[in-house]
Amino acid sequence: MAEPAIIVDDVSKRFRLYHERNQSLKSMVMRRGRAKYTELQALEKVSFEVPKGTTFGIIGHNGSGKSTMLKLLTRILRPDHGTVTTYGKVSALLELGAGFHPELSGRDNVYLNGSILGLSKKEIDRRYDEIVAFAFADSGQEDRIDTPVKNYSSGMYVKLGFSVAINVDPDLLLIDEVLTVGDEAFQRKCAEKFLDLKDSGKTIVIVSHSLGMVRDLCDQVALLDHGKLTAIGTPDEVIHEYVSGVESNLRRDGEHGTRWGEGGARIMSVEVLNAGFQPVDRLEVGQGAVFRVHYDCDHQIKRPVFKIEFHTPNGATVAAGNTRYHDRVPDMIEGHGAIEYRIPKLLLVPGHYDLSVTLFDYEMLHPHDSRHRFTRFDVGAGFPPDVDGVVSLDGEFHGAALPPQLWVKP
Amino acid sequence: MSKLSEISASRELIVNLTLRELRSRYKRSVLGWAWSMLNPLATVAIYTVVFKYFFKAQGPVGHPSGLKNFSIYLFVGLTAWNFFNASTVNAMGTLVGNAGLIKKVYFPRENLVLATVASSAASFLIELGVACVILLLLGNNVLPWIPVMLLLVVLEMIFVTGVGLLVSVANVYFRDVQYLVGSILLQVLFYLTPIVYNVKLAYDATAGHAILRRLYTANPTVQFIEAFHRVMYDLRWPTLSNFAYLVFVPIATLVLGLWVFNRFDGGLAEEL
Repeated sequence: MAEPAIIVDDVSKRFRLYHERNQSLKSMVMRRGRAKYTELQALEKVSFEVPKGTTFGIIGHNGSGKSTMLKLLTRILRPDHGTVTTYGKVSALLELGAGFHPELSGRDNVYLNGSILGLSKKEIDRRYDEIVAFAFADSGQEDRIDTPVKNYSSGMYVKLGFSVAINVDPDLLLIDEVLTVGDEAFQRKCAEKFLDLKDSGKTIVIVSHSLGMVRDLCDQVALLDHGKLTAIGTPDEVIHEYVSGVESNLRRDGEHGTRWGEGGARIMSVEVLNAGFQPVDRLEVGQGAVFRVHYDCDHQIKRPVFKIEFHTPNGATVAAGNTRYHDRVPDMIEGHGAIEYRIPKLLLVPGHYDLSVTLFDYEMLHPHDSRHRFTRFDVGAGFPPDVDGVVSLDGEFHGAALPPQLWVKP
Repeated sequence: MSKLSEISASRELIVNLTLRELRSRYKRSVLGWAWSMLNPLATVAIYTVVFKYFFKAQGPVGHPSGLKNFSIYLFVGLTAWNFFNASTVNAMGTLVGNAGLIKKVYFPRENLVLATVASSAASFLIELGVACVILLLLGNNVLPWIPVMLLLVVLEMIFVTGVGLLVSVANVYFRDVQYLVGSILLQVLFYLTPIVYNVKLAYDATAGHAILRRLYTANPTVQFIEAFHRVMYDLRWPTLSNFAYLVFVPIATLVLGLWVFNRFDGGLAEEL
C-alpha cells in the first residue's frame, strides 16, 4: 500500500448527553458528583487508512458518526479509545469564517484566520492577493477588504472564509459539505480548485450526503452506520451498499401514511413486483416494475378511477398516473380485484420512494379511499448509472472523444 | 514537551490573537486607546481622595529616593495589580468566549490564554511608561532601574500566565469560578495587597503574630507589588528572598498551569 496520510486505528468515541449539566459547584455537590446523562456511542472500533494523494469519502445517514470522525481527524475531539494519526499539514473546511472578528477588517481577518489555520505571516503575505482575488474577483468587491467584516453579506463572509481555508495549501484537506457555498460562479471555482488540489497530489477527505459528488471525486469511500464502519471500497461498491442497506431497516409494512375517503371501497394492499411478476424487496434502475393494487368493494362502483403517485421520502411528487387519462376506466367493479400499473423501464434513481394510491369516482372529486404514502419501496443501482436528481432521463453520451466501441450510428 | 514545541511553532497565532484583542478593544469609542490611560488615572484620583483625604493615608518615605507621595505610590502598585487582575479576569472568559472557534478549528488552546495575557501586558507597559514619566517629573530618577522593572514585568507575566491557564480551564468545567474568583477572591486579594495602604501598616498589624505575617507575605501579589515599589518608588534592589520568591513561584505556577491545562483541554470542544 502507498504511504499513508491518515491512519485511524480502532477508534471509539462516546458522548455524554447530559440532561442537566453539572456546571456549578452547588449542583455537583447536590448530586454528589453524578449528573444524569445518556451515553451515545458515536463511533465504535473504526479503523481505516487513507493513502497519500488520494481522495477519500465518508458517507452515512444522519447521526452515523461522519462529522465526529472528521472532528477526530482535525483533533478538535480526542478519541476515547484508539489512535488517529495524520501526516502533514491539515486544513479543515468545517465552518467557514470561524474566528473572524466582526469589528476587524477583511484584511486583518485574513491574517488572523490564516494563522489560526497554521500559516505564518510570510506565507499569508505571499498568498494574500490570491486569497482576496479568489473570494471577491468575480463580484468586483475587492475594495471592501479593508472594511469590517460585520458589514459583509453572509455570502461574502463565507466566501472569504473559504478562500483562506482553501489557500492554506494543506497536505491534507478535510471537507464537511461546504461545496454548496456561494453563487454558481463561485461554486464552479471551488470545484476547479478541488480538482487542482487533487491533481497536485493532496490528500482530501470529504464527508457528504451528496452521493454524486462522492462518486465524482473520490478514489475510495467508507460507509458509516450507527458509528460502525460497515463498508469500505470503491465509490460504486459502497454507494450501492449504502443505497440498499440504509433503507432495509425502514418501514415497509402497509400500515402507515394517512388515509381518507368516503367509503364504499377500500385499497387493501400494494404488491411490488419485478418484470417477471415476482414479489421483490428492491427494484432495480432500468428494469421493469409492476405495482399491483388490490381493492375490495362493498357494492358495485361505476366507472372508478385509480390514481397512483410516486413520492420522494421528503414528500415531493415524482410522477403520477391515473386510469382516466390513460382511458382505462372500467364500466364498473365489485368485490375483490386488482389492477396493475406496469413500468417497462424504471428510471427512478437509487433511493427509496413512497407510493400513494387513490380510488376515485369518475370526476376524480370524491375518493372512495385514498391511501397517502401507503407503501415504501427501494430502488437499487442498475443502468443508467445516474444517482443525482430524482429520475434518470436515460440519455447516452456520444462523441468522437469517446472510445470507438461506444459509437452508435445515428 | 511536544505541546511546548507546538505552542512555540504557533507563536504567530499568539501575536495575531493578541492583535485581535488589542485592535478590537477600544474600537468604536471616540477616545480609543486614551481609555487605557484614563482608567488608571481616574482610579488613582478617586483612591487619592478617599484614602488620602478621608482616611489620612500617608505615602511612605522612599529610601533612598526620599520621595513621599501617596498618589504615585498608589499608581505604581495599582498598575502592577491591574495587570494581574485584568489577565485573570480575561483568561477566565477567553475559552468560553471563543467556544465557536474551539469547536470548529484545531490549534493549541493555550494560545488563547497567552494572547489575553499578552494584550493585558501591552496596557501594563503603557501604564508603567506613564508612571515612569510622572516619577521623573517628581524627581525620582527611575531610568537606571528600568531593566530591573522590565525583569519584574517578565516574572509577573509568567505568573499570570500560570494563573490564567488554571482559571480558564476551571471556568469551562465550573462556571462558578468566574464569580468566585472574579467578584470575591480578587477583591479580597486587592485589600490583602499593599496598594491603597502603606505596607508598614500590614507589618505593624501583624506584629507578634508570626503566622499571620508569614501568610501575608506568602501572597505572590504582595511580593510583586513590594518589588515594584522598591524598584520604582524607593529606587533600590528587591531583597534577595523577595527576588528568589519571584523567580520560583511564577515558574512553579506556570508549570502547574500548563500541566493542568494540558490534562483537561482535550475535552474542551465537548464541554463548551
